[in-house]
Amino acid sequence: MKRSYLKLDHIDKAFPRAGGATEVLRDVDLAIEKGEFVSIIGHSGCGKSTLLNIVAGLTPATRGAVLLEDREVNSPGPDRAVVFQNHSLLPWLTAYENVRLAVDKVFSGVKSKAERHDWTMRNLDLVQMGHARDKRPAEISGGMKQRVGIARALAMEPKVLLLDEPFGALDALTRAHLQDQVMQIHAGLANTVIMITHDVDEAVLLSDRIVMMTNGPAAHVGEVLEVPLARPRRRIEVATDPTYLRCREAVLRFLYERHRYVEAA
Amino acid sequence: MSLTLLRSEDRKPAPSVSKAAVIPLAVPHRPLSARLLPVLRGAATTGVPPLVTLVLILLVWQMLTAQPGATLPSPTQIWAESRDLIVAPFFDYGSQDIGLGWRVLVSLQRVGVGFGLAAVAGVLIGTLIGQSLWAMRGLDPVFQVLRTVPPLAWLPLSLAAFRDSHPSAIFVIFITSIWPVIINTAVGIRNIPQDYRNVAAVLRLNSLEFFWRIMIPSAAPYIFTGLRIGIGLSWLAIVAAEMLTGGVGIGFFIWDAWNSSRLPDIVVALLYIGVVGFLLDRLVALAGRIATRGTASA
Ligand SMILES: Nc1ncnc2c1ncn2[C@@H]1O[C@H](COP(=O)(O)OP(=O)(O)OP(=O)(O)O)[C@@H](O)[C@H]1O
Ligand SMILES: [Mg+2]
Repeated sequence: MKRSYLKLDHIDKAFPRAGGATEVLRDVDLAIEKGEFVSIIGHSGCGKSTLLNIVAGLTPATRGAVLLEDREVNSPGPDRAVVFQNHSLLPWLTAYENVRLAVDKVFSGVKSKAERHDWTMRNLDLVQMGHARDKRPAEISGGMKQRVGIARALAMEPKVLLLDEPFGALDALTRAHLQDQVMQIHAGLANTVIMITHDVDEAVLLSDRIVMMTNGPAAHVGEVLEVPLARPRRRIEVATDPTYLRCREAVLRFLYERHRYVEAA
Repeated sequence: MSLTLLRSEDRKPAPSVSKAAVIPLAVPHRPLSARLLPVLRGAATTGVPPLVTLVLILLVWQMLTAQPGATLPSPTQIWAESRDLIVAPFFDYGSQDIGLGWRVLVSLQRVGVGFGLAAVAGVLIGTLIGQSLWAMRGLDPVFQVLRTVPPLAWLPLSLAAFRDSHPSAIFVIFITSIWPVIINTAVGIRNIPQDYRNVAAVLRLNSLEFFWRIMIPSAAPYIFTGLRIGIGLSWLAIVAAEMLTGGVGIGFFIWDAWNSSRLPDIVVALLYIGVVGFLLDRLVALAGRIATRGTASA
């Protein structure tokens, strides 16, 4: 059997609750290769964030394990950097200090002070936020905050980059702009990325594979779709590409015909 | 001074307006007056009402206490008898004959020590308690009860324990002001958003780093609320404690003035205490605003 870079091995997750347990995930099994860009798509509340938090080590799985390079990971660490759903920058630190905190922590024994400064600035420049280095999160827009969050995650040089709806709260224009930036960064650095989204176009445009989750409770991987589009992908050209349209339709069918969102009572 | 400056500038363009083509001349004058006017108006709206109130209070007070047989001194009498205390806070004519400024400084020093200890201990204890739901549940009722014990009630115990008035006074300040610091810090620690804890976990911050980089800044608004209540309480406590323990503080001065029937001096001392208490409160509030620039607005 071929061994994968990152493996989610039969993961169950139940949250304890008064008089029983809420089963959120059941038997989620997934193998991801190095450098692959994988999207997880599913309706709200199905357990996408929970799954990402298990990979990040922030939430323990009830059963099953996460294996990174064949080693079990069950506590959080900078090798699996997270860009959180709501940016999670520390509001009392400037953009620079937010990234620098991560850089100082991860490279304390490896890089000199000057190198850590350069590395911080390099990552801020990578998301084009070098100009706002001295601004606090309250002073910059939502898109800028998310970019700093991405810079902070990238600065850790993670083995796996975990993005939890990184552009969910942004307007369409900003979102498109950041999607292009993420594609560029992925092309340049070849990171392994898991991105949660509920935007079908975003999933198809960015991913090598799309993991579609069934509705909760006890959600699992319903279907995995390969997106065989050549890179680099340009959003305008790709929009009329038959492969793109076929993938898009497949995801839409899964989400809106086979696993329609049912409002929880 | 700025007012007269503004007026003379406002007047200048007035005659020229009647002539033609003077619009460019008027332009440079506008920004100055536009900038100065709001400042003056702001000063007037914040400064005038208190002044009016003060004058009214003095008038009523004067009317009530002016007639012969009044038990309390009138403002004019206070001015006549205690003028040296009002105009010269820092004279020094020997051991007990010193200006109220010196006395306030002695009291402030005690408050500094007692409240300083309470602040440090309160933040540390509050941090420990805030981390554990059970500690919070168990200790909070105890603190809520101890918090209401008046400063003076601690004094006999304190004197018995320390057998000396100086540490007793400091202890009373400490024990009076520590509770709000503990309680507010603990609440602040409990309210640290899960997001910040997640960030710390991904970065693998150790507990010392977590304390300095996450806990303290995140709980800072709560901590400063506690400190602000605490400094007010310690200023209440110092006066009460000094009345009983003696020394040269402002509290003892009131006691001493009462014993020698110098009522006007007491009124002046009350004013000093009020003003200093107000300034202390503002000082902590200002420190809080500076320290929580980021957190408060997020
Ligand atoms: N700490 C927790 N305790 C109990 N239940 C939880 C907890 N966290 C999540 N859940 C439940 O697990 C389910 C999945 O939540 P999750 O946040 O993973 O959804 P999601 O797919 O990320 O949704 P969204 O797209 O809205 O972000 C929800 O029903 C939620 O109520
Ligand atoms: Mg989510």
